[in-house]
Amino acid sequence: MAQMTTTPPVAAPTNETPARVNKPRRGRRGIGASIGLHATLIVASLIAIGPIAWVVLSSFKPGYAVNSTEITLIKDPTVANYEYVLFETNFPSWFLNSVIVAALTMLIGIFFSATTGYALSRFNFPGRRSLMLVFLVTQMFPVSILIVPIYTIMANLGLINTLPALVIAYLTIAVPFCAWMLKGYFDSIPTSLDEAAALDGCGPFRIFWRVILPLARPAIAVTGFYAFLTAWGEVAYASAFIQTDDKYTLSYGLQQFVPQFNAQWEYLTAAAVLVTIPAGIVFLFAQKHLVSGLTAGGTKG
Amino acid sequence: MSTVTADAAPRSAGLSTKLRRSWDKHWTAWAMVVPVVAVLAVLIFYPLVNGIWITFTNQNEANTIAEICTKSITGGEVCKENPNAWSFVGLDNYINILTGKVGEFWQWAGTTVVWTIAGVTFHYGLGLGLAVMIHREMRFRGFYRVLLVLPWAVPAFISAFAWKFLFNEQLGLINSVLNSIGVDSVAWFGDKWTSLFVAVVTNIWLGVPFMMVALLGGLQSIPEELYESAEIDGATPWQRFRNITLPGLRPVSMTVILLGTIWTFNMFPIIFLTTEGAPSGETEILVTGAFRAAFEGIRNYSLASTYGVLILSILLIFSVFYRRALRKQGEVW
Repeated sequence: MAQMTTTPPVAAPTNETPARVNKPRRGRRGIGASIGLHATLIVASLIAIGPIAWVVLSSFKPGYAVNSTEITLIKDPTVANYEYVLFETNFPSWFLNSVIVAALTMLIGIFFSATTGYALSRFNFPGRRSLMLVFLVTQMFPVSILIVPIYTIMANLGLINTLPALVIAYLTIAVPFCAWMLKGYFDSIPTSLDEAAALDGCGPFRIFWRVILPLARPAIAVTGFYAFLTAWGEVAYASAFIQTDDKYTLSYGLQQFVPQFNAQWEYLTAAAVLVTIPAGIVFLFAQKHLVSGLTAGGTKG
Repeated sequence: MSTVTADAAPRSAGLSTKLRRSWDKHWTAWAMVVPVVAVLAVLIFYPLVNGIWITFTNQNEANTIAEICTKSITGGEVCKENPNAWSFVGLDNYINILTGKVGEFWQWAGTTVVWTIAGVTFHYGLGLGLAVMIHREMRFRGFYRVLLVLPWAVPAFISAFAWKFLFNEQLGLINSVLNSIGVDSVAWFGDKWTSLFVAVVTNIWLGVPFMMVALLGGLQSIPEELYESAEIDGATPWQRFRNITLPGLRPVSMTVILLGTIWTFNMFPIIFLTTEGAPSGETEILVTGAFRAAFEGIRNYSLASTYGVLILSILLIFSVFYRRALRKQGEVW
């Protein structure tokens, strides 16, 4: 937690080195400052990956080693936990359900939030400001207030215990934020591009599809990542709308390893690793774009 | 959203022609937002209105005609006809909650405030610190960035388990490390404040990457020339940070702090899964406390909705004041 305080003075020392004439860049550091910077970042990185690494290590230990008070990094490595989770439970079908739900949420979410974000960014239509406000307000709804009425609606539509119910519910969480973010990114794309395309005879939908969307790839990547994660990790709606074992998503199915009093940590850790891997893969695709994609979204509310 | 179209037409001219003109001009925009608006209307606003209405009744699982009860052991249709068993109770739900007759509203609210302030302060502070560091040119920059953003990719419920495991009283890594340096094991979940501490740490770990990335984006949008000219004018690094970085980040900061506050305030899984309210419900925040009060035992819909309305009101009031305070310092949005 000391990172912050070390930040400002970092660039302090080396201002009067002669090399500065050749390379007048800001932020040239002395060796001490460099060491401090790297040390802080290494510590921060260790904290960031530490818990993940520990869970991964634990997942390869046999049950008695996980449930022992001794700290060992590696102890009788085994894949038995993974075998149990993969073959003795319904894990594969939960996994498949989660993939379906998360992928659909991602694709549909990107599509809707992109069109909405584009309209919010480019057209000054009546209702624009109120829609922006509505998006902000939807972030404030606690799940507990919505869950019962949404359940009733889903029941009336005959969607209880089906995956589409989850996709729809997750879209309501993901789309407002994604549209808001994409709107900010579209704002940073010059309107002169739209105008040029319009002069060439493109209609608004074609401009959006052919000109703007390809340019917005970084923001789309981040949005997709966010939507995917929203769907991948959600528990409350999943536990309310899904009733049979074969329709569980991972996040809910995993709860079976955590009985109230006697958690089966060895299986839980293995399952946690298996759950995190797909999210990690999506993350690897998105991470390059993460910063540039989120930039404009944050800057222009 | 039909009211929206009506707004657009000034009263003086013929309403229908105005409407048509407005339609001709804006139909593309509306066509693009209509699916989202429709879904939000059905799945957010209808439930909201419905929820507010329920707060004035005493509906619960037992006295309403609800399909919720299909979730019973048989898995089949066990809903029984039970019309008019519930009744209007006026403001009783609100009174019961606010006077502490049901649940511990004020205690939960207090915990929520501590939880939110601690979470957002550290999210923002650490996020800003790391963003500033990672923004510099240096070796391994991309590598650090990937590692630091990694917690974002871990679903919240997994992090909750992971940290619960780390802080486990008998088996946890943290206590083992403490033991090995000669400190006695701490019963982390045995005391309100250590328990809340674990939850806050989990939440910080989970939330810093988002802040860092958002602020990093903000940093990249600050023109480099500003720093160069400040340096030529002899500004110290601290002065550059205060007078260029912070103001340059203002728009991003405002948005992420507001969003962060809302998200942390409503952050359900961390408390629910990590501390489970331990010890004896003392670390419940409003959303988890409300969930347990309303859904454990007979599911009490009216109670759940009343909590929901109260939480929503708190957040709405907060955002209004937040925006007003910001506006005083200069129009932003």
